[in-house]
Amino acid sequence: GGHYPSLPLGYQNAAPPLTQTLVPVPLSQPLGGPGPAQLSPSLAAMSLQSSTPEALRVVNLLQERNLLPPIPIPPPTPCLQQDLQKINCNPEVFRSTLTSIPQTQSLLNKAKMPLGLLLHPFKDLSQLPVVTSSTIVRCRSCRTYINPFVSFLDQRRWKCNLCYRVNDVPEEFMYNPVSRSYGEPHKRPEVQNATIEFIAPSEYMLRPPQPAVYLFHSSTCVFCQSLLDNIKLPGDSRTKIGFVTFDSTIHFYNLQEGLSQPQMLIVSDIDDIFLPTPDSLLVNLNECKELVQDLLKSLPTLFQKTMETQSALGSALQAAYKLLLPTGGRMSVFQTQLPNLGVGALQSREDPNQRASAKDVQHLSPATDFYKKLALDCSGQQVAVDLFLLSSQYCDLASLGCISRYSAGSVYYYPSYHHQHNPAQVECFQRDLKRYLTRKIGFEAVMRIRCSKGMSIHTFHGNFFVRSTDLLSLPNVNPDAGFAVQMSIEENLDDMQIVSFQAALLYTSSKGERRIRVHTLCLPVVNSLSDIFAGADVQAITGLLACMAVDRSATASLSDARDAMTNAAIDSLASYRQSVLSIQQPGLLAPACLRLFPLFILALLKQKAFRTGTSTRLDDRLFAMCQLKYQPLVYSMLMIHPALYRVDDLSDEGALNINERTVPQPRVLQLSVEKLSREAAFLMDAGTVMYLWVGRSCQPAFLTQVLGVSSYAAVPDNLHLLPELDTAESQRTRAFIGWLRDQRPFFPPLHVIRWVSFLGFIRSNMIEDRTESALSYYEFLLHLQQQISK
Amino acid sequence: MQGTLPSSPLGGSTTVQHVSHTVEEGTGKGPSTGRWKMEAVVFILSLVDCCALIFLSVYFIITLSDLECDYINARACCSKLNKWVIPEMVGQCLSTMLMLVSMHWFTFFLNLPVAAWNIYRYVKVPLGNMGVFDPTEIHNRGQLKSHMKEAMIKLGYHLLCFFIYLYSMILALIND
Repeated sequence: GGHYPSLPLGYQNAAPPLTQTLVPVPLSQPLGGPGPAQLSPSLAAMSLQSSTPEALRVVNLLQERNLLPPIPIPPPTPCLQQDLQKINCNPEVFRSTLTSIPQTQSLLNKAKMPLGLLLHPFKDLSQLPVVTSSTIVRCRSCRTYINPFVSFLDQRRWKCNLCYRVNDVPEEFMYNPVSRSYGEPHKRPEVQNATIEFIAPSEYMLRPPQPAVYLFHSSTCVFCQSLLDNIKLPGDSRTKIGFVTFDSTIHFYNLQEGLSQPQMLIVSDIDDIFLPTPDSLLVNLNECKELVQDLLKSLPTLFQKTMETQSALGSALQAAYKLLLPTGGRMSVFQTQLPNLGVGALQSREDPNQRASAKDVQHLSPATDFYKKLALDCSGQQVAVDLFLLSSQYCDLASLGCISRYSAGSVYYYPSYHHQHNPAQVECFQRDLKRYLTRKIGFEAVMRIRCSKGMSIHTFHGNFFVRSTDLLSLPNVNPDAGFAVQMSIEENLDDMQIVSFQAALLYTSSKGERRIRVHTLCLPVVNSLSDIFAGADVQAITGLLACMAVDRSATASLSDARDAMTNAAIDSLASYRQSVLSIQQPGLLAPACLRLFPLFILALLKQKAFRTGTSTRLDDRLFAMCQLKYQPLVYSMLMIHPALYRVDDLSDEGALNINERTVPQPRVLQLSVEKLSREAAFLMDAGTVMYLWVGRSCQPAFLTQVLGVSSYAAVPDNLHLLPELDTAESQRTRAFIGWLRDQRPFFPPLHVIRWVSFLGFIRSNMIEDRTESALSYYEFLLHLQQQISK
Repeated sequence: MQGTLPSSPLGGSTTVQHVSHTVEEGTGKGPSTGRWKMEAVVFILSLVDCCALIFLSVYFIITLSDLECDYINARACCSKLNKWVIPEMVGQCLSTMLMLVSMHWFTFFLNLPVAAWNIYRYVKVPLGNMGVFDPTEIHNRGQLKSHMKEAMIKLGYHLLCFFIYLYSMILALIND
């Protein structure tokens, strides 16, 4: 036997991470990797109050111009004891806007920053401990899963860290299969890992685990080739597949085993949908593979003949829902125009003259509740609907998007998709579709987020349906979805030094196994405003504010949302100035951890979702809003504030060596025209898309050795693929771009743009500069300062 | 006659007398009986209406607290409650109309804000929402709590109205 970790007595005034913002943390950090707190053990004795930690260093935003760190900003490390922080949840999976939780609601209100959690629970993880156990140990009262932050009172009893109830350790739990020892429950993997996956026993199943069922629902044939190439969809021998196509009538396909070729059945009565045959519309993928492949090959020819302009999407969705009703599964809808026939028909609400309106933007909320109701029906039967919108016309994404938003689906949008005129979009679509068809998927899932006693969740952001308090219904869960929640402090957290949060995702894997993925996060409680500011995570705050602003645009108005974002910056900096700053200096003062906050707020105000005064199509705007709510934080931040690098002078200095490839690490530059120059080439990484700008007087060496052209004028217009040349510069550039792309599961297309086309991008992407409808960064800072001094 | 009529607890005796005067001339019945019969009928009707509204508020409170305690899910709760939004509005408007028609100004102005609020709440539902109670929004932004508070306030208000009508009805019946 040994000792057991006792109740955490007040965290030691742990070393404030002095090198917090300068230690590069690669995105592939192992789970619970060592944080900077471990790097400076000599500072462990220093208290937060006696010396100013780096996070609270006062920065005068009006004087210091170069605030962006040269490398991507790592998430802040909570101020916990080292042994707790070492096993804490990976911030890429579970992240809080304030890494030091205020003790009372009034203290939180004084800090004027939102308190929330951003989760990416189904992220593809390189290391995931999986436990098969006959008993899953959970708290008797609050049903929390046992986690690394519980305390063992003695060998047989453990105290829940969320509700403080004392529970018994079951007999089976006393034996540790990993070390084959008895009597040390605290060494079991469930108590050593903050992220863990259980194989769930039968009590966790409402019905036998469903097979993977995929339905492709389309008015076009664009997906056929990709599906043929990736016909091995995630699943096992029970995987089923089906197809429904539609225009003004609905077409089903009988793929029964034994038929020589697929049989098309047309239902033209769209007001009263019925399924033409009871089965064989959804068939086993392995048994009928040839028929399915035949169908996919013949669908393009079928579609070529039609000249239909009518789309009965609503009725077709109802038919598809009937088809998936018994089993649940995933519906992929490919839509190319506004649905204008039958139920759920939509009107064209966008007024093209209002696109550049400097006032409010209308029609940001759905026009009908048809798609929302259908989404809720689907959610109840474990059907998720993913929407692919490939249209250059207005498609009322505000209404159509509801079908995915509440059924835990995802929305993909390709506004200028044309198979001949826009090969870049086509390639983007094909790559996204490949990722979509082959990525991991979970079915009939539910997620519950629990917090320590005293805290509660009051708002949810993301694509799901909140079935009951804290229970999210996710018919499908995929590794590219992010979620956010906002919390409030109901009771004062007076006696607690730490609070914990647990997200438990119960799902059926594509192989029919019922699994539970549990993530637990632990954060300290503080009772002074300066500690709260020291622990603020500026990226998480920006991400959460973006979600809140999207909600506000739909319920109130866009201008309200914009004002609210500006006020968030004003209020938090004013609160810092009044309550934390001991010496009042002139200028716009911010703590070092929040120095980028005004920049990110300005970036949000200039983002496609919220900008006014610049011509923005309504669907583009709505898709940007959908993305802000749906994407995990790291990709949202790239979307909000893209990373700019100079790539014509890449060198091996400071390069990373990954898989025997040397990857150069250029500095991150500010998004301002003064950083750009005509004699260079720049790469802008905006998360889902990348731009490579070539200056007019760019060095000829770059043109010949990387782009493979002889002169600037010879750079082609639609170049989106860097030629694979044998030169060192070409290898470095491709290695760098490849490294950026490898870090994310989707494939951002690259657009090579010459200086002439460059001007169009300045307005939308150079956030720090002034445009005719928006302030420059410096002017924005002055505006903030003026409001704060009022 | 000015002196014999008891002073009404609801307002100046002058108003009451004017009403009685017109009723007398209109119906041609005996001066006191007709008026008090009308009064009694009006108050009995509003009492019944108020009872119905009380039961409705209690039903709302019970359903909302069922949702809070996870006995039912959001969809079931909202469809149940949305069914009764219009009957509640009709009941409240009926009560208001009764008071208007019988010219009891105090109770009329007591009923008017709630009726107006019900109508406003119903009309202001966005197009994309499934009624006043929307299952996708009810767990967001503390809507569940605010609906609960609203139902509690209405319950208290209806109880108050109930006793006022009861008193007036008894008054009307006594004087019959």
